[in-house]
Amino acid sequence: MTDVTLTKRDFTSDQEVRWCPGCGDYSILSTVQSFLPTLGLPRENIVFISGIGCSSRFPYYLETFGIHSIHGRAPAIASGLAISRPDLTIFVITGDGDALSIGGNHLIHALRRNVNLKILLFNNRIYGLTKGQYSPTSESGKVTKSTPIGSLDTPFNPISLALGAEATFVARSIDTDRKHLTEMLQAAAAHKGSALIEIYQNCPIFNDDAFLAVKDGDTKGATLLQLIHGSPIKSETHGVIMESGSMKVVELSTVSERDLVVHNANNPDPSYAFALSRLSSSELDHVPVGIFRDVARAEYSSLVNQQIADVIAKDGAGNLASLLASGDTWVVN
Amino acid sequence: MSKTVVPLHQVSIRFAGDSGDGMQLTGDRFTMDTAILGNDISTLPNFPAEIRAPQGTLLGVSSFQLHFADHHIQTPGDAPDVLVAMNPAALKANIKDLAKGATIIVDADEFVPRNLTKVGYETNPLEDGALDGYKVHPIALTSLTVATLSELNLSRKDAERSKNMFALGLLTWMYSRPTETTEKFLTGKFAKKPDLLEANLLAFKAGWNFGETTEEFSVSYQIAPAKMPAGKYRNISGNTALSYGLIAAAKQSGLKLFLGSYPITPASDILHELSKHKRFGVITFQAEDEIAAVGSALGAAYGGAIGVTSTSGPGLALKAEMIGLGVMLELPLIVIDVQRGGPSTGLPTKTEQADLLQAMYGRNGESPVVVIAPATPKDCFNMAIEAVRIATTYRVPVFILSDGYIANGSEPWRIPDETELPDLHVEFAHTEENFMPYSRDPKTLARPWAIPGTKGIEHRIGGVEKADQTGAISYDPTNHDFMVRTRAAKVAGVQVPDLTVDDVTGDAKVLLLGWGSTFGPIAAAVEALRENGQKVAQAHLKYINPFPKNLGDVLAKYDRVIVPEMNLGQLALLLRSEFLKDITGYNKVRGLPFSTTEIIEATMAVLSD
Repeated sequence: MTDVTLTKRDFTSDQEVRWCPGCGDYSILSTVQSFLPTLGLPRENIVFISGIGCSSRFPYYLETFGIHSIHGRAPAIASGLAISRPDLTIFVITGDGDALSIGGNHLIHALRRNVNLKILLFNNRIYGLTKGQYSPTSESGKVTKSTPIGSLDTPFNPISLALGAEATFVARSIDTDRKHLTEMLQAAAAHKGSALIEIYQNCPIFNDDAFLAVKDGDTKGATLLQLIHGSPIKSETHGVIMESGSMKVVELSTVSERDLVVHNANNPDPSYAFALSRLSSSELDHVPVGIFRDVARAEYSSLVNQQIADVIAKDGAGNLASLLASGDTWVVN
Repeated sequence: MSKTVVPLHQVSIRFAGDSGDGMQLTGDRFTMDTAILGNDISTLPNFPAEIRAPQGTLLGVSSFQLHFADHHIQTPGDAPDVLVAMNPAALKANIKDLAKGATIIVDADEFVPRNLTKVGYETNPLEDGALDGYKVHPIALTSLTVATLSELNLSRKDAERSKNMFALGLLTWMYSRPTETTEKFLTGKFAKKPDLLEANLLAFKAGWNFGETTEEFSVSYQIAPAKMPAGKYRNISGNTALSYGLIAAAKQSGLKLFLGSYPITPASDILHELSKHKRFGVITFQAEDEIAAVGSALGAAYGGAIGVTSTSGPGLALKAEMIGLGVMLELPLIVIDVQRGGPSTGLPTKTEQADLLQAMYGRNGESPVVVIAPATPKDCFNMAIEAVRIATTYRVPVFILSDGYIANGSEPWRIPDETELPDLHVEFAHTEENFMPYSRDPKTLARPWAIPGTKGIEHRIGGVEKADQTGAISYDPTNHDFMVRTRAAKVAGVQVPDLTVDDVTGDAKVLLLGWGSTFGPIAAAVEALRENGQKVAQAHLKYINPFPKNLGDVLAKYDRVIVPEMNLGQLALLLRSEFLKDITGYNKVRGLPFSTTEIIEATMAVLSD
């Protein structure tokens, strides 16, 4: 932490925001702009890198360094920057199509390497910028412009995918829940290595109310299973228990509080977080939100730079003249 | 018995065997022993894409050709004077390249019915007269090697594996090469495997002694050192020279070198080489795919490093969109394409020059990049430095078009003194009020290299068209037209050296114009043509986009311009469209470099036209 005192306004660029009215991206942007000053970092040391899609316009609206790159490739560009410039704090802004379809390969490899990137995955379960085709997170049977009689694809569960890719930090939050999203952002920023936050984000034009169940006052209390480290995993009405080696959501009235699984985000066994990730179905009957997994593993950029430092410490810095004259040489007079 | 030593001016030797026979290593060693004697050399490795094709088949033949002389030479030689064939497949695959009278040394032990049948020999060519007119030396290389190693505690299979060292020892004797360097090399290579070290050393010495004592060979040969400019020399391949050039450029610029790469033949050796040099702070990143490789390089360039990606044709196709982003972001980016036979997977281990148009135009939209091409293995060093100079000065992607021939081929290189290297110092953008990320240097048209971490110049860039000066998103028609033309003008304005023409009499009517790796065979052909009294001029393009400013004048001076290319006429197409000059293409796509003879013939056809 440095002594920089900045405000939300300092992180707001002069660009006119061009998302559709009512888009969930507005509230995420506002939350991020409010969150950034709390990092205590100078603006010039923060970089936002995005791909293509509605969410990927994000960097234009922040008074930091930023690249609005090409479809799916933000983690690749960000990896090169992170490895060569470990002094920077880098966020990747991406969507469900950008990160999980065209850019799936880069996402999983950034996660397995544990590159120091904070990846915010805006999941609206639809292609917005191309005007309404189904996405890799759209529920099976989804009727869209490209699937007029229903999609036949099985959707990705982004949390399960990230865990399968050896991610060290995986969380889920909701666009409109500023307090919760801010907590997730803070935890991700504090994590050394890759951090993926899936953010449920509403697209009012092509997939309105896709996440109604986790937002509507009548249902959200029952739907949202809160993942709080050290606390039992439960919603207002339901809780999570272990039964025959599997996690199961049951009504709180049927069990005692003691039977509930107490959340351990630092559990080194990834199958624990994976089991949690499977509690959410695409029908959103139950949705765990919070930090699924937060474990320590060496961060990639520091490994790369440490390896170089070790070689130099051991063998000395390279000498160009001796490199060029290495191997068998002879002299012509 | 004292043997005659005959002086020679030049010799071309081809070692050929199964891909598991260690022919590349044998060739490399003979090259080093020869380089140290001060001969000029040129090498041509030729190997199959399969790592271990079925043993003893034509598919699995791997070869290494080495040309060395007491004078300056340009190519590995058209027809080898000596063929060392480790089995019938190696003989069959290579005999057509030999002229009558050539020397053939074969491992006689391998010429058994089973092996002969495998490659379609109905009778034994060593006995049926098929090799009449050649000087054939059937030597029991395998059994001699096994006998030599009989005292060691080795399996027969392991003992047989040293037969390439027996052959190397024999040739080392035959051409009066020193033995110490190979002995030293083996000692290093097998330091941790004393059994194999002893076996290889014994086989090597036994081969040498065999030459010295057997009556099979009555003469040995000597080739005096070539006259070369004074200095310290080493042998260098194109891929190594490119790697060294990048490390040198990083030092001269004071910038970090970052290579993002995905393994692909024949470019992988650049990744391997640079990975060895962490002492220079070099970062190598083996990415998950070709796109991530170039993406990471672009990300590193954004952060102020020299971002480099190395690949071959199929990989370049995958990188196209990211290179387009590099054009739009106007960041320095080095793209090395070690060309191979295409399209698609094509001929992974063979050479070709058919990616020129892909490099020039293989992206969406008007997407100009700088394209340069080294002419020889050692030239790769200079061209890597040039690529960094241009990329960092103009903030633009720069392509280096190498190819399989010069990437793997090698030649002696006078090691430059550090004081001979250019100053590549660059200025990053500084803190300023109202920073304009798309303002331009009026001379170079480069925009500022504005790296993160610089206070007060926070800004956003991206692939969407940008407004002049501010870099904000702009869909304005006039602005787009202006920006497209500005990016084109920037590349067109890159300062490159004028084309030099070698026209000794000054009145030649025919110009031989090449680019990239065809330099050697063209230069050798021009030399031979002039010796026969023909007047021909030669020029070689190392800068293709932009072309040298005097190229139009050069072309206009000659009645006929012949452009030999290992493609179907890609440079010719560019020259015709740019200069409205008729070009006579000489085109070949056989996966092999031109022979001197065929360029002479093509030129003679034009001269007598």
